[in-house]
Amino acid sequence: MSAETPAAGTPATSERNDGRNIAVSWLILCAILEPLVILVLGPHLPPGAMSLNARSQQIDNIVLTALATPVVAGVLLYFGYALVFWRQKEGDDTDGPPIHGNTKIQIGWIAATSAIVLSLAVYGTVELIAPAGAGAGEGPAPVWKLTGSNVLEVQVIGQQWRWTYRYPQFGGMETTQLVLPEGRAVEFHVTSIDVIHSFWAYQLGVKADANPQVDNVAYTTPEHLGQFTVRCAELCGIWHGAMYDYGKVLSAADFQQWAASTEIQLASVTKLLPPYSNTYNPDVVPQLGKALTSAGLSGAGGNYYGPQYSVQP
Amino acid sequence: MSLPARVTTLLLALVVVVAGAVFVVLHYIGGGPPWENYVPKASGGQVNVIMQTDAQTSVTDHPDWVSYFIQNPQTGAWDHTTLFQVPANTRVNVTIYGFDGATPGRNQLWGAVQGAIGGTSTVTQVDAKGHASPATATSTLSTWNGDVQHTFQIAGLDLNVPIAAANGTLCTSSPCTTQGNPYSINKFSFMTPAQGGIFRWNCEIPCGLAFLYGMGGPMQSLGYMSGEMQVVS
Repeated sequence: MSAETPAAGTPATSERNDGRNIAVSWLILCAILEPLVILVLGPHLPPGAMSLNARSQQIDNIVLTALATPVVAGVLLYFGYALVFWRQKEGDDTDGPPIHGNTKIQIGWIAATSAIVLSLAVYGTVELIAPAGAGAGEGPAPVWKLTGSNVLEVQVIGQQWRWTYRYPQFGGMETTQLVLPEGRAVEFHVTSIDVIHSFWAYQLGVKADANPQVDNVAYTTPEHLGQFTVRCAELCGIWHGAMYDYGKVLSAADFQQWAASTEIQLASVTKLLPPYSNTYNPDVVPQLGKALTSAGLSGAGGNYYGPQYSVQP
Repeated sequence: MSLPARVTTLLLALVVVVAGAVFVVLHYIGGGPPWENYVPKASGGQVNVIMQTDAQTSVTDHPDWVSYFIQNPQTGAWDHTTLFQVPANTRVNVTIYGFDGATPGRNQLWGAVQGAIGGTSTVTQVDAKGHASPATATSTLSTWNGDVQHTFQIAGLDLNVPIAAANGTLCTSSPCTTQGNPYSINKFSFMTPAQGGIFRWNCEIPCGLAFLYGMGGPMQSLGYMSGEMQVVS
């Protein structure tokens, strides 16, 4: 028997209470980390708090991070404690104590994790629909709507590889600029006039598929002035990555001034646009192409690449 | 197999792999249309850029693809490219000779001149006999009734200019010449930003005869209907 080997019948470790030490350390660690996560990290979690939806999504991320923090802290603490206090001493080749499991701990662990997962499932389901569809596209007949009568309607039109925006309450004008008023509910009608796209106004917490012949409704209420990013989130062709622009949230008065002046400025263009509609038929273009061809005008018809062409893309 | 034969086979395989990698790098990654450098031609805060649009690209292996061509500022030759360089904070005076016919657009918004100085483009129609119409300042063309062949659009500058369609029997060999062919002359100006950078530009009319509603093929290809403008600060 070597000098380091404990004599038979004596405990392999000292009299310290590892369970109590870990539990107390974990509680202290959580007491330090939780306020930091909620109060310091939380306000910086995506997607920010620019709109009602975004703030709601940020709160969801704070809740999930706050719940994950004690779990992560516990795992890392246990790992560190094991490294420091349960490290095998040099020359100690003895086996560890035989362990046959602990029914109380197992039941407690299963019960706790089940409660957390099930409660998060309920919480997540509720948060998927509140507020007003949580900024997601709800299709042409939304179930969860924003309340109030002063709702600004904005149609979002995707096309390879630009976004344009129509304002039906301002003569149906169409612009390349997405400008919204602060503090007013916005009802997006998202559609496409060619292939599938996805309208993603990141800082507003809005994301809705833009499909041809589909009116996809999504809601938001901007709560802060500033600029936000609009990206296409659906692969829509080789220049998909270049399909982005920047929107603005203005004060109500500034928005009204912008909208009124833009409506006047674009009046001659608006007259050429098709009447405002929830969707637009892209087949109109090939039909027009055929009409032009039959009228003796040249140029491509905007149609499918026909088999008559020897060189295929 | 003998040792020399194994070594020879291994070396040959290595050469093939390396040659393949070099070919891919040079042909697909390093290759591409040339850049037209207009920076040395800038004077007095302005620079003139000259382009043309053709209904075909007979100089390439895609002869039925529509395409832009840019005039080489040093030689005056028409190069098959859509890449050009201009200085920052400079007024760019663009002249586009439009040799293509009408193509309907999906969005009438692209029939409107946006972002150009003065909000207009000056359009002149020239027939095959060289008779020119009076130059007309135009702010809007209809993309649905045969007015427009293509657009010149730089999304990053919110610039869009419709190119008026040529009327008559179109030029059939590119790059087109003004002798014996109908064409439109489209002149407009815009300011480059003070900061340098690369700005993507393209045509927004689905004129590509493409497999998916018109925006594939030449519409998405650098050197044809998509391009880049490098602003040099």
